[in-house]
Formats: sequence, structure tokens, C-alpha cells
Amino acid sequence: MLCDLSILDAAAGLRRRDFSARELVGAHVDAVAALNPRLNAFITETPELAMRQAEAADRALADGSAGPLAGIPLAIKDLFCTEGVRTTAGSRILGNFVPPYESTVSAQLLRDGAVFLGKANLDEFAMGSSNMTSAYGSVQNPWQRRGSNVALVPGGSSGGSAASVAARMAMGSTGTDTGGSIRQPAAFCGIAGIKPTYGRCSRWGIVAFASSLDQAGAFGRSVADCALLLGSMAGFDPKDSTSVERPVPDYVAACKRGVRGLRIGVPAEYRMDGMNAEVELLWQNGLGWLREAGAEIVDVSLPHTKYGLATYYIVAPAEASSNLARYDGVRFGMRQDGVDLIDLYERTRAAGFGDEVKRRIMIGTYVLSAGYYDAYYLRAQKVRALILRDFTDVFGKVDALLTPTAPTAAFAQGEKMDDPIAMYLNDVFTVPASMAGVPGMSVPAGLDGQGLPLGLQVIGRPFDEETVFAVSQVIEDSAGFGARPQVRAGEE
Amino acid sequence: MSLDPATVRRIAKLARIRLDDGEVSRLQGELNGILGWIEQLSEVDVEGVAPLTGGARIAMRMRADAVTDGGQAEKILANAPDRAGEFFAVPKVVE
Repeated sequence: MLCDLSILDAAAGLRRRDFSARELVGAHVDAVAALNPRLNAFITETPELAMRQAEAADRALADGSAGPLAGIPLAIKDLFCTEGVRTTAGSRILGNFVPPYESTVSAQLLRDGAVFLGKANLDEFAMGSSNMTSAYGSVQNPWQRRGSNVALVPGGSSGGSAASVAARMAMGSTGTDTGGSIRQPAAFCGIAGIKPTYGRCSRWGIVAFASSLDQAGAFGRSVADCALLLGSMAGFDPKDSTSVERPVPDYVAACKRGVRGLRIGVPAEYRMDGMNAEVELLWQNGLGWLREAGAEIVDVSLPHTKYGLATYYIVAPAEASSNLARYDGVRFGMRQDGVDLIDLYERTRAAGFGDEVKRRIMIGTYVLSAGYYDAYYLRAQKVRALILRDFTDVFGKVDALLTPTAPTAAFAQGEKMDDPIAMYLNDVFTVPASMAGVPGMSVPAGLDGQGLPLGLQVIGRPFDEETVFAVSQVIEDSAGFGARPQVRAGEE
Repeated sequence: MSLDPATVRRIAKLARIRLDDGEVSRLQGELNGILGWIEQLSEVDVEGVAPLTGGARIAMRMRADAVTDGGQAEKILANAPDRAGEFFAVPKVVE
């Protein structure tokens, strides 16, 4: 079954001529057509484009010019601008926006021969943890509770990216992570996902949410697949002033390093009151696997962990309120006419933005407004400095950290919708690494009592994604996570 | 600190988002809930801590102040809701 292969195995199969890129991509195009009406993982499907790219990949494979991702079908989060293909950011306000340019990250994937199946669904402007805020409908998680057909969320904001890979519609996908938007959906959908260090991937051409936090990353069904994708996506870009000029290592090779002699930290503050017992047990299992593989487990402290979320919900909305000021109904996107220019702005933004986006713009506007800036925004930036200091101190003692990715498994669509703070608490374990700009990866490590996947998070030093991959690979190998979701290609 | 309806309207005006009365009332409750929760940061001792302003701990790169791009009016206008020649068109601003 072509849709079940890993990217590394498919790339090898293409080179052995076991199958053609047209066959591989065709199987995935069929899977998207069969499953997307149910899962809604894609906002825009591009099957004709995908088949043209597959033909080009077959020619490149025949003449020896094929890149490392030649013929590999991917889903692209609909936050990456794609030249000539509608890019909505999950918002009504960009419902008719067709970018005249390609984001740096997606351009690098195309350079390496990747095939794009379409644009993956997401929370509106990447603001959410459930994919329920998309203007294009919610995404259904391909996993179900044992003996139940209640529709579960795939997590968010990169919910379509994660669901498409879990359901075998795509072999891998791109995501973005501002506070957990790659790691939490990866955990909810039983796949791997990496958020690299801030500055590792160019943000050019990615619709901005919170610019000091936004970072592109990759989803795959294996750690090594994520490593291969990140190697293509990462690298210096003069068009992004925060992109960092340093060489991109061989991440796939780093996966095989092992953990012998590494020191792995267990942050005490991540063991919360009332913690889910299954999540706690999984965490202990993960630590046991790393110890057996030769790592030393060290208790550490990140004292400002509990302030991560509150800090995030000042900094991210503040930056969002500024970034989203560009949606004014004048230069691109939708317009609602008004009696004058101010009326046009206000009507356009009222009609174009959904409730969660409005909520965050309002919070951001308030915390930046005269008289409140010092009390909220400046204080949050100082607490953010303390969160970073926690990580810097700890990485003087250990090489990586192991924590749970999310407090629970996937929840049902509609749950937590009437309480914004309950929804925000989903990101309690992922937000601190975002605030500090350090790399984090979620790896599927087991199932809960209802048969739903749970993930463990590996956090590393800035720009040391190699150690993150090495530790994650040991978790993957030890967990032996072979479970597959109920809804997937070939099972529809 | 609690937001009253007039403050919610003032923030919406600053944010250029039109709200009806029902939305003002709903947002007042939601924003007060979020701001009350954020209030926990006031217990952190931040005396003498320099604010962290960005995601990367590197100095901004400098570049030559030179024109490197241009001549793309058609591409830039391609997504405009309304245009007049090579210009974005908006309702009359100055009477």
C-alpha cells in the first residue's frame, strides 16, 4: 500500500523504480478525494498541479537530476503563501487571496522536488488549539475513541496538516508553531512533528501571527521523515531579518546518534496537580527507555513554567493586533463597503475576522494601549526573559528535556469552546519552549485507555535540533508505536 | 482591573472592528476573564530584569540601503478589491 510508506522508504522505492512518482502521487490524490469530504483536512485541493509535479519528478528521476524529495506528496499548511494557489490562513478575510509569490520554505521544498497535494486546514490565522476556529469548517481527527464515533479534534492550529498525514492522505506536511501549533496536533493525531529553533526556517511568505514566536516546521509519520523535511525547509534567507545564518546539518544522520552519555532533564514544574495518570505513566516510560538506551536522567527546575501561558496570551495577541492591522479591505482580501474609509475598515474587519481572532486583536490592542503598556506588555516581556533564563540555566546541566506534549489526548469537537482559558491550557507544556525560542518535537509514544494516541515532547538547546532528533528517535524505536487511526487511506 | 462597555468600545475603535451591542457585552465578559487570568503575572518579581523583545537572541542584521526590487505594480494590484489604473481605490477621504 503506497500510502502507508514512510517518506524515506518511498524515496528509495522511487529510485529503485518499484513504482513511479505518478503512481505514488496518484494514490495520494485518490486518498484525498476519498477522505477529505469526511475529514476536511484540506481547504484547497490541487490534484492537477500534483500530477504535473509528479510527471516532472518522474523525468528528474529518469535523468538523474532528482532532488531528495522528488515525487513525495505533501500537504502545505494554508498559512504558507503559494504562488498562483489561493492562500486563506483559514480566514474569510483572505478567502480570495492568490499570492503572486511563493514562501521561502515551500519554495525550498519545491526546489527539492516535493509535490503539493493542496493547502491544509488550520485555525483562523493559526489562533487555536482545536482547528475549530477555521472559517472553512472544522477538521476531524482520523482517530476515534474505542467503541465511539464521536468526532474528535485534530488539535491546532496545524490540524489539517497533522490529520492529513495521520490519515495517509499525505506523506508529510508543513506546519507553523507559535505556542504549540505543531507539537500538540502531532500528539493528538499520533504522528511526529518538529518545531525548530526560532530563526532556523525563514518566515518570509508565511502569513504572520506573532512574529517573535512564529516558526515553520514539519510533520511526518516517523522522526526521520521530519528530519528529511526540515533539512529541506531550513536555512538562511536574506528576506527574513530574523533568519539565522548558519549551516543546516544532516538531520537524518543525527537521528541515528543514539543517546548514550546524554543527560536528559525532567522539569519538576511539568508534573502538575491533577495530572492525567496515563500521561504521567507514559512520561515515566519515556524516561525509562532513554535510561535503558544509555542516557542519564536528571531532575531539573524551570521555575517560571507556570507563567508561560499568561505571558504568551499577552505577547502573542499584542503582536497579532499589529500584524493583522494590514487587513484593511484596501490592498488585498475582502472588502465591505462603508460610508467613509474608517467605516470601510471597521465593516471589513467585523465581517472578515472570526470570534477568536477578534478576541485576540482586542486583547492585543488593549495591552499595547496608552496607560496599560507597562503593566501588561512590558511586564510580559520581562517574564519572558525569565522563562528564557530558566532554559539557559537548565541547558548548562542537561542536553535535552523530556516532557509530555499535551495534558490530555484529543478531545471532542465542541468541547472547551465556551471557555477560552480552558482551550488555552492545552498548550501549557508547549508554550514555554516557544517563549524561549528553543526547538521542540512531539513523538507518538503510546495509546490511552480509550485507544487515542499520546505524545512525548523533546526540547533541545537553541540550534541543536540534532540532539532533539537523536532523543526522539530512541523514543520512537522504544515505543514501537505501530497503531494506525480508524479513518485512513485504503480503509474508507 | 475590569473593562466597562465604554472601554470595550474604545478598544474596538482603536482596533478598527465594528461591534454591535450584543458583541460588546459578550466580549466584555470574555476579555475580563482573560485579563483576570493574566493578572497572575503581577506576582512575578521582575525587578531589574531586561525585557526580551524578540524571538532570536541575535542583533538585527544590517543591509545596504539599496533598491533591490520593483516594477511589479500588476502583481501588487492583482488582489486589490478595487483599483483605478495603477492605484488602489478607496471611498472619498477628503471632502
